[in-house]
Amino acid sequence: MNEAIKTEQSALLNFVLAEADDALILGQRLIEWCYSAPYLEEDLAISNVCLDYLGRANNFYEYASELDTRKRSADQLAMLRDSREFSNLLIHELPIGDFAFTMARQFVLDVFYVEYLAVLMDSTDDRIAGIAAKSAKECDYHLRRSREWILRLGDGTEESHTRLQNGLNELWGYIPELFMQSEAEKQLMAQGVCADRAALQPAWDACVNEVLEQATLTRPDVSWKVSGGREGIHTETHGYLLADMQFLQRAYPGQQW
Amino acid sequence: MTHFELSDAELEQRFQQRIDDEQKIEPKDWMPAAYRKNLIRQISQHAHSEVIGMQPEGNWLSRAPTLQRKMILLAKVQDEGGHGLYLYSAAETLGASREEMVDALHEGRAKYASIFNYPTLTWADIGTIGWLVDGAAIVNQISLQRTSYGPYARAMVRICKEESFHQRQGYESLIALVNGSDEQKAMAQDALNRWWWPSLMMFGPHDADSAHSGQSMKWKIKRKSNDSLRQDFVDQTVPQADFLGLHIPDEELKWNEERGHYDFGEIDWEEFARVVNGDGMCNRDRVRHHKKAQDDGAWVRDALRAYEQKKRANAEKAA
Ligand SMILES: [Fe+2]
Ligand SMILES: [Fe+2]
Repeated sequence: MNEAIKTEQSALLNFVLAEADDALILGQRLIEWCYSAPYLEEDLAISNVCLDYLGRANNFYEYASELDTRKRSADQLAMLRDSREFSNLLIHELPIGDFAFTMARQFVLDVFYVEYLAVLMDSTDDRIAGIAAKSAKECDYHLRRSREWILRLGDGTEESHTRLQNGLNELWGYIPELFMQSEAEKQLMAQGVCADRAALQPAWDACVNEVLEQATLTRPDVSWKVSGGREGIHTETHGYLLADMQFLQRAYPGQQW
Repeated sequence: MTHFELSDAELEQRFQQRIDDEQKIEPKDWMPAAYRKNLIRQISQHAHSEVIGMQPEGNWLSRAPTLQRKMILLAKVQDEGGHGLYLYSAAETLGASREEMVDALHEGRAKYASIFNYPTLTWADIGTIGWLVDGAAIVNQISLQRTSYGPYARAMVRICKEESFHQRQGYESLIALVNGSDEQKAMAQDALNRWWWPSLMMFGPHDADSAHSGQSMKWKIKRKSNDSLRQDFVDQTVPQADFLGLHIPDEELKWNEERGHYDFGEIDWEEFARVVNGDGMCNRDRVRHHKKAQDDGAWVRDALRAYEQKKRANAEKAA
């Protein structure tokens, strides 16, 4: 995130905004499947997951709005910040790719979020704890679904296996960022507001390894990794995503909708 | 009582008697082949409309102006997909397979509501579709809650509740626009100008020109004629437009005290025929998109089948 803005905002606001951005940007990506999935039932199922992420984003933005000294509304936070101010982790913003890539991303994130939200539910900040508890329930369902898809695609046909393996390989270097503490999180850790991301890695590894093995997939062994989302350093697709999402608020400033 | 002792004429007479007595026909009941065929045509067309309708509205999902509007629209688009599913299931009780029905859509043998061949150009189109298109659907579907085929009638009851919700949400989003800036008001008026006549066309040709109407009314598949449904829609919608302060683009529209209804102008039936027959802005896009999603997903459905097969084989081995 832009240095000037970062120091102006409290660590708590930065943290809450980051949570909101993660959920919104993934939700915005998932929208692309809502009438384009492999069959109608899957349109509806992906829409459900997407709605959960948008709801989570909205809850975090509402809280961020209350914390914001500049008194921006939830919608202003979502619709009027530019790419450099968005602090979502990169994995959430990647284009949807094919169905295998999408499901690979959902799965690795679902495994992460089940662990992560279970810790965040115990946050000393009641608002954060409340949002995490609601999201945790949704996430259990998400994981059941994405895990099933990993098994089906991994152990389905040769084509589905190859596509899913490729999807995992493409994704893998974006995963380490999930386990990195942001500056805000480092500051908030002592008060028990947020989770220790690094501590979640062993449980994540165990679950992912088990499912990948069952699905006859190979855990990618890639030497590359990228990060920067929390500092507002994004992939080049991010700006287009915002341009699309923010179009109306930018074209008709200051209106009620 | 066994059916095979009765002649077709006797069976048909009993069937008509049941219809006349307002009894519902259920999937296992005897029915004339033409009744079955007519219903499959109507229900599958209705299902396709729900599903194709996801596209013009989904077109604004990524650009919805606020988080709330985005979630409301997504939930609506998802509901429409759900309506498609109930209706495909209802048609399946008549022996049609979803695959056949979707093939017919892709090959242009099955139709869907022609209004979805118009493009959604501004955000106001989304509110206007909720208000007018869901509004027209409700008028039609309320009458279909009393349709003679049980599974179709029951699907309508369930679907109507959700459509009312959609209509209210669409109308509310227009209220926000007409209370907004001049540009927003103009956006709402422009949307009404473009969607008004296509909404009236949703009820189909005049009763005198309606190919399937007579028999459908006798079998109580249809309960009200196209023209009387259209009149119901106009009567309920004009005061709503007045409340919004929007002008309905029909200079002949006026209250007729004697009839107790609004009089309104003649639909441009040439445009109606043109769009139905393929020359709407989006006819090709709608079908192409639906087919592309299905084609792109073929490997996923193959994987699903292969996986289920392996699972069954393993279970048998273990048993
Ligand atoms: Fe519907
Ligand atoms: Fe609807």
